[in-house]
Amino acid sequence: MRPDLDVVADLVGSGHRVLDLGCGDGALLENLIEQRGCTGLGVERELDDFHACIARGVPVTQGDLEEELPRFEAGDFDVAVLSLTLQAVSRPDRVLTEMKRVASRLVVSLPNFAHWRLRATLALRGRMPVTDALPYQWYDTPNIHLCTIRDFEALVGELGLRIQRRVLIDATGRRVEGLARWAPNLLAERAVYSLGT
Amino acid sequence: MADGVGIVETKRAVVFEGDRPLVLASGATLPEVEVAYETYGELNADRSNAVFICHALSGDAHAAGLHEGDDPNRPGWWDNIVGPGRPLDTDRFFVICANVLGGCRGTTGPSSIDPATGKPYGLRFPLVQVRDLVEVHRALLAKLGVERLLAAVGGSLGGMQALQWAIDHPTEIDGAAIIAASARLSAQNIAFSAVAREAIMRDPDFAGGDYYDKERRPDAGLALARMIGHITYLSEESMREKFGRRIQDAEVPRFGFDVDFQVESYLHYQGQSFVERFDANTYLYMGRVMDYFDPFEDRAQVQRQISRGDTHFLVLSFDSDWRFSTEHARVMASELRGAGAPVTFQEISSPHGHDSFLFADPPEYHLTVARFLDRLARQRGIG
Repeated sequence: MRPDLDVVADLVGSGHRVLDLGCGDGALLENLIEQRGCTGLGVERELDDFHACIARGVPVTQGDLEEELPRFEAGDFDVAVLSLTLQAVSRPDRVLTEMKRVASRLVVSLPNFAHWRLRATLALRGRMPVTDALPYQWYDTPNIHLCTIRDFEALVGELGLRIQRRVLIDATGRRVEGLARWAPNLLAERAVYSLGT
Repeated sequence: MADGVGIVETKRAVVFEGDRPLVLASGATLPEVEVAYETYGELNADRSNAVFICHALSGDAHAAGLHEGDDPNRPGWWDNIVGPGRPLDTDRFFVICANVLGGCRGTTGPSSIDPATGKPYGLRFPLVQVRDLVEVHRALLAKLGVERLLAAVGGSLGGMQALQWAIDHPTEIDGAAIIAASARLSAQNIAFSAVAREAIMRDPDFAGGDYYDKERRPDAGLALARMIGHITYLSEESMREKFGRRIQDAEVPRFGFDVDFQVESYLHYQGQSFVERFDANTYLYMGRVMDYFDPFEDRAQVQRQISRGDTHFLVLSFDSDWRFSTEHARVMASELRGAGAPVTFQEISSPHGHDSFLFADPPEYHLTVARFLDRLARQRGIG
């Protein structure tokens, strides 16, 4: 499993009913179900990934997460997961609000657009940054709502969500320690949050 | 279809008789039940590779392959999904399909002889439920030495059977693939069903269901019922593509009340060919089986049942199906999840309406079924 999903799985914990929005090939859910005693459901739009979930035995609904979310009942899940997907949805604020409705806890990971390397590319070269964490060109990127750690935490506050834990990771998904903890918005490439309602 | 399962034959087995009659969910009994069935592939040594096909309203046991002397272009009704290398891969699975209880294609039904009177049952045949259909399938499996299923697979009424099977016997079934089905007919569904039933029962040749020894049968009524049904099986788009407003055997309309448009001719053909192979009473009984189907009526009970087993569910719908629309499938998936079951759901974009489950296109449909069965098989160590 990708290292960043390990971090997500740690924050999800054990024995929960988990909804994984944009679950990809189902690796996270498989780990949560097999290793951590969770039950789960994925939502995935791409056919290949949907089929990969079936091959893993991970229950999944094929569809667009923004269309599927409103179909769930309030409190259907303990934890709703959105990993590296928030920046690709059309209305991040609505997605977070819906996640809050269907689950009592949210685990969200996102790329930090204020990382110094991105800032430097923009400031010095005057070009939209292309990095390991954000490998797309501006014209073909699915990431239409990039934000910074500060932006995200401000939105979280506005939506009445509480930050329970925050783990900072680099582009490969490894936890970063030391300096980044003091200036996360400048030094962390990604962040993973556990948010309470 | 040379690459399918080849030449097959329909076999028969008496599964209830003598001191072991079939007791129906309603409490009524049938002293004797015979089942017509076909099998494809081989049962493996640990008897873990059985896949049961549940057929729909007008289906029968002949799901795949050819009967001796058949037109090679007219294999069994679900031949495209059954065979070596196909999703129900007969190189890996032991596939069984049986005509349902109440049917008219070899399994005991209203056209069978009532041992008590020596005459066909007619409407004296007891009303049956999806649950009863499943019990008869299970009795057949017991005869065949199959104690558990890798999967039950079915479209429409077949999907209802797979669903009921998984709810009633959760420890006997690894997976249920429920395709283009419903767990609760809508008022509109029941309305169509009612009109079809009226068409049969108002036919002067219906004779209260006792037409078997008469010169005439309620063919007109049954054909009409089938025509109504067929309209609900196709989508507006597929009808437009197939027929448009074209005129049958002519360039210009004849302007009259006889069959003129191609779509009318098609419906007539469907109706006529149906009466040659189907029994009007069975149509009535199967209609009622679906009308009354409500497996989630007692949610707490379903939850208890689901928690006893570990059945995986695959629920599929087709976007052009307006008989059992995606909404029906979503309700079913949601009910099952609410009961704690692992459910995979997909709405497939297909132009063929309710009949989509019988088609091999679009490819993602069969691919999804294949992946689902493959996963179940690998879990059981089936290579």
